[in-house]
Amino acid sequence: MDAILLQVLNGLDKGGAYALIALGLTIIFGTLGVVNFAHGALFMLGAFCAVAVKAVLNIQKVTIDPTQTTPWGAPMEIKQPYVEVWFGDYGTTILDFSVPVSILIAIPIMLMIGIAMERGLIRYFYKRPHAEQILVTFGLAIVLQEIVKSYFGANPIPQPAPDIANGMIDFGILVGFDAGNVVYPAWRFIYFLFSTAIIAAVFAFLQFTTFGMVVRAGMADRETVGLLGIDIDRRFTIVFGMAAVVAGLAGTMYTPILSPDYHMGMDFLVLSFVVVVVGGMGSLGGAVSAGFLLGILQSFASMNEVKAILPGIDQIIIYLIAVVVLLVRPRGLMGRRGVMEQ
Amino acid sequence: MSEFKITRRGLLQSTAAAGAVLAAPTIFSSKAFAAGYLNEPKGKTVTFGFNVPQTGAYADEGADELRAYQLAVEHINGEGDGGMLNTFSSKALKGNGINGKKVVYVTGDTQTKSDAARASAKRMIEKDGAIMITGGSSSGVAIAVQGLCQDAGVIFMAGLTHSNDTTGKDKRANGFRHFFNTEMTGSALAPVLKKNFGADRTAYHLTADYTWGWSQEGSIKKYTEQLGWKTAAAVRTPLGAGDFSQYITPVLNSGADVLVLNHYGRDMVNSLTQAVQFGLRDKQVNGKEFAIVVPLYSRLMAQGAGENVKGIFGSTNWHWSLQDEGSKAFVKSFGQKYGFPPSQAAHTTYCQAILYADACQRAGTFRPSGVGKALEGFKFDGLGNGPTEYRAEDHQCFKDVLVVKGKENPTSKFDVLEVVEVTPRAQVEYPASLLGGELGPYNDGK
Repeated sequence: MDAILLQVLNGLDKGGAYALIALGLTIIFGTLGVVNFAHGALFMLGAFCAVAVKAVLNIQKVTIDPTQTTPWGAPMEIKQPYVEVWFGDYGTTILDFSVPVSILIAIPIMLMIGIAMERGLIRYFYKRPHAEQILVTFGLAIVLQEIVKSYFGANPIPQPAPDIANGMIDFGILVGFDAGNVVYPAWRFIYFLFSTAIIAAVFAFLQFTTFGMVVRAGMADRETVGLLGIDIDRRFTIVFGMAAVVAGLAGTMYTPILSPDYHMGMDFLVLSFVVVVVGGMGSLGGAVSAGFLLGILQSFASMNEVKAILPGIDQIIIYLIAVVVLLVRPRGLMGRRGVMEQ
Repeated sequence: MSEFKITRRGLLQSTAAAGAVLAAPTIFSSKAFAAGYLNEPKGKTVTFGFNVPQTGAYADEGADELRAYQLAVEHINGEGDGGMLNTFSSKALKGNGINGKKVVYVTGDTQTKSDAARASAKRMIEKDGAIMITGGSSSGVAIAVQGLCQDAGVIFMAGLTHSNDTTGKDKRANGFRHFFNTEMTGSALAPVLKKNFGADRTAYHLTADYTWGWSQEGSIKKYTEQLGWKTAAAVRTPLGAGDFSQYITPVLNSGADVLVLNHYGRDMVNSLTQAVQFGLRDKQVNGKEFAIVVPLYSRLMAQGAGENVKGIFGSTNWHWSLQDEGSKAFVKSFGQKYGFPPSQAAHTTYCQAILYADACQRAGTFRPSGVGKALEGFKFDGLGNGPTEYRAEDHQCFKDVLVVKGKENPTSKFDVLEVVEVTPRAQVEYPASLLGGELGPYNDGK
């Protein structure tokens, strides 16, 4: 029982990441009708916002210590971050909290990247076939990841969580198990809470604001909304930027869980598309539910007891579910009639 | 007076004979007859092929390998400070190239993919005229390229490859390996694990699902079970899985008190970081402190994992903190040129380039069979790791193996590992027949 509870917990943070990326993909598909294969790259760019912020905070004052030499005979360089030189212990704390601090920077940066992407490239492909949209956005994803690689290298760059969030939470005690039987990393649980909060905020924004109401109207009938004198294109551009922010924040906060590298977006993209398809193309609720569902199922499939009966199931479970769902219900679990059924 | 008559038959015969006489010098100087082996260098230079991962998961290792190769070429050609040529026991190389020819090189990108690595090596052999291929950062890649070099007829001086199979069941006459293997890791690491964690332990393996992972899992299981350890489970994980949490959570309640991470590069960085996140390093199981073991370490990888490597045991082929004259000379030469210490990948590839050049010089030829014979059974010193031998039977180098531990109090970002034991060569040697395979005959190419 405790093993099952652990796998449920384990599925939540992964599911949170899937859900956030799938949510952005669904918003873009629902509003603009664009299949955005560069969405994984936006997740990766968000993660590298954290890397960049830490690198900036970590710019160091270098002094030469002539009394010491390196093993190759050069004078030893003593380095200390300026933020510590200037602010002492407060500077150390700022460095420690670099990942949460990155969120403040990631929001405007991802918004600008999203808007630039939509205005500079995506809008020229609105009326083109999905195959062409996939090709161009996939190409864009490759360009973005190569740019990141040339600046940051190919190796993962660790981004530790703040010390205060590095411990474990004992969930077992809450449900009557012995202490220490069901423990889970605090940051992973924070990520789950964070993803839930972002999802709730996006839903609230689309549901309860005038802007969101117009966007939803535009999703239903773009032409009629345009005839009412509303600049729906501009709103859709902002929505694209919002989707980029959601993907970017998902990446920024995920960095203590998975050290960022230039390829991480591609790893998540394929899984997230499967999530969208299972949830139902165009369905926000479907994307979120399928994200968490598949995250948890993937964790269960990795249990040794399951793999003993079905070897290799952990690697194909998500695709297997996608095949079954598409065969039985082509529109996905919560998708609109017609989408993927034609 | 005789009459000179030209008949049609006579004209044809005379023309054929004249043609044969005129063509004879060309035929005998052609590649097929005069060279006798593939890509024989004719001019003032000889071309090496450096095939390293410039992109992909091991790109940082590949970049360090390339730096070391460039340094080796400088030293062979008599530039720079000479590095380990000054400490190398063989004095055949004089700093004027090899056999009177300066070394030039071409590079390729393996992408850490066997097919890309083979395509790149093929291009260097066929188009660029490389006489020798060296490099790689994965056993899968090394075995694939070694097979290609055997078929083509050039020497392959393996770079970073740790699987037993490279000089075991997949060994080839044209292939040579300076790096150690999982058999040697197992025999060096197991006694240190016993000393630190005792003989009553239960291990849980997470293993990269390809030739190197299987090889390492097999060797560590073999040697730790000989000590009395039990194996709770050995779970295969896909290469490049990224998030390993779903494989780590079952460890928590498995009853195991040791986690062995048979991962390398980015996979090791992620799996170790996540294992520490899940509290495994601080956990108590069966009344004992839980232990994590990373059997194959590299300094670059340890840097990537940051503080998570503290106190964790593993093995490495070479480390820049070694104090023998060869290692000090290499660290000085590399550090002055690049501003940081070399990795084990840089060390092994530098050694491979020097050893190949030295063998050519001693053999007086670049012919693969001649060079191979010069390397077989070659005993040397002064390239770090103490006295070393290229065993004739399987083309595997035998030397001391380092057992290392993640440093508790690093003094710099490079100072992440400390050497806890130098396992003598005699302890890690094994019979050549143990790992199977046949070298077969040399191929000099056509």
